[in-house]
Amino acid sequence: MDIIDTKSMSKDDILRLLDRASTIGPSDALSGRVLGLLFFEPSTRTRMSFDAAVKRLGGDTVDMGSVDSSSVQKGETLADTVRVVEGYADALVLRHPREGAPRLASQFVDVPVINAGDGAGHHPTQTLLDLYTVRENVDASLGDLHVGIMGDLKYGRTVHSLALALAKFGARVTFVSPPSLRVPENVRTELERAGVEFDEVEVIDGIVGSLDVLYATRIQKERFPDEKEYEKVAGEYRVTTETLESARDDLVLMHPLPRVDEIAPGVDETEHAHYFEQAHNGVPVRMAVLDTVM
Amino acid sequence: MEELKIRPIRNGTVVDHIPRGQALNVLRVLGVDSSTRDVVSVAMNVPSDAMGRKDIVKVEDTEIDSTEADVIALIAPDATVNVVRDYEVREKYQVSMPDEIRGVLSCPNPNCITNSREPVETVFDVRDGEMRCDFCGTVLGDEIADHLV
Repeated sequence: MDIIDTKSMSKDDILRLLDRASTIGPSDALSGRVLGLLFFEPSTRTRMSFDAAVKRLGGDTVDMGSVDSSSVQKGETLADTVRVVEGYADALVLRHPREGAPRLASQFVDVPVINAGDGAGHHPTQTLLDLYTVRENVDASLGDLHVGIMGDLKYGRTVHSLALALAKFGARVTFVSPPSLRVPENVRTELERAGVEFDEVEVIDGIVGSLDVLYATRIQKERFPDEKEYEKVAGEYRVTTETLESARDDLVLMHPLPRVDEIAPGVDETEHAHYFEQAHNGVPVRMAVLDTVM
Repeated sequence: MEELKIRPIRNGTVVDHIPRGQALNVLRVLGVDSSTRDVVSVAMNVPSDAMGRKDIVKVEDTEIDSTEADVIALIAPDATVNVVRDYEVREKYQVSMPDEIRGVLSCPNPNCITNSREPVETVFDVRDGEMRCDFCGTVLGDEIADHLV
């Protein structure tokens, strides 16, 4: 079983994994099993939490290391790399700068392939841990929720998958972004076809009071032609304690991390801040995924 | 009597009712290029009662089966394919859009893994008149001819 995107997972598949994540603990379930880590792009949280997850289940990892020190530097294709590493590992975790890389990898190997992020495509285990965090803090059914997703909605791979996954459970989504970083047309079409109830606004002020969850994302400096424009936009989409004054007491504030300036440090001390817990949830969710596929 | 623009063929395949200007793209879809040894005839802007003007392609000594012919539907949805043996049309079928298109189109997303140096052919799923890359999910719009491999 491969984990390529959450789009192809049913509601029951997702709930089964989240249920497993909420009960899973350290064990020897994967004793003697090896997980191959192939990260063609930098990663801290995803790589470390997969490493921690397999070790808590008694397994171990082999890590390709950085691209600079691997045979990729010599021009090896991904198809060849995964066929070689398949001989060393019982499952592969793959992060790659190109969209569709995990699907390609899955065609060349018999061991399970887990997508840990492919370009601007998907990052299914991030989506699962996001849903897990919502489920643990807001609503176990994941339905009847109003979720605000704010920031870079054009390039942020986490938000497209999250919106589609939330839709499976009947949540209502409001996208908050500057016009230049709106959800791309093809994703909007996909959301409409999937029956996602969503709207789009440019400022958070008018909706913050009705939200169950506010999901902030990083606005990347390199997307802007000049620094002044970036600073103006980044400033408007920064969450501060003032932003949250009109929020409900139980609003859950999430962020996939790393953050730069999107959430003021003062917010960390409020009841709303759930982003570090969200990052920690990567371990039980990835344990559940590994326990299921390996 | 109207002069015949191109002569009948003894054996091979005739693709008729191609929209004007698309004959060369039909040949690309069929993988016919300068390396072919077959005799290939192309008629463009031929008067047609139904279409006003149309293109016709004839490939001698090669028979195209219905699966191959269906790929023509990408750019010539109303094309008809005639398989000719000994000057007689022995099989005739209308093309229809396949469920899946393999190795014929490149993905319009430059960052798709299929646009890198990987040993893989492209796959597009066809659903509701839309072609979606099986690898990255990008939808191919009206620019089909620009993405013929």
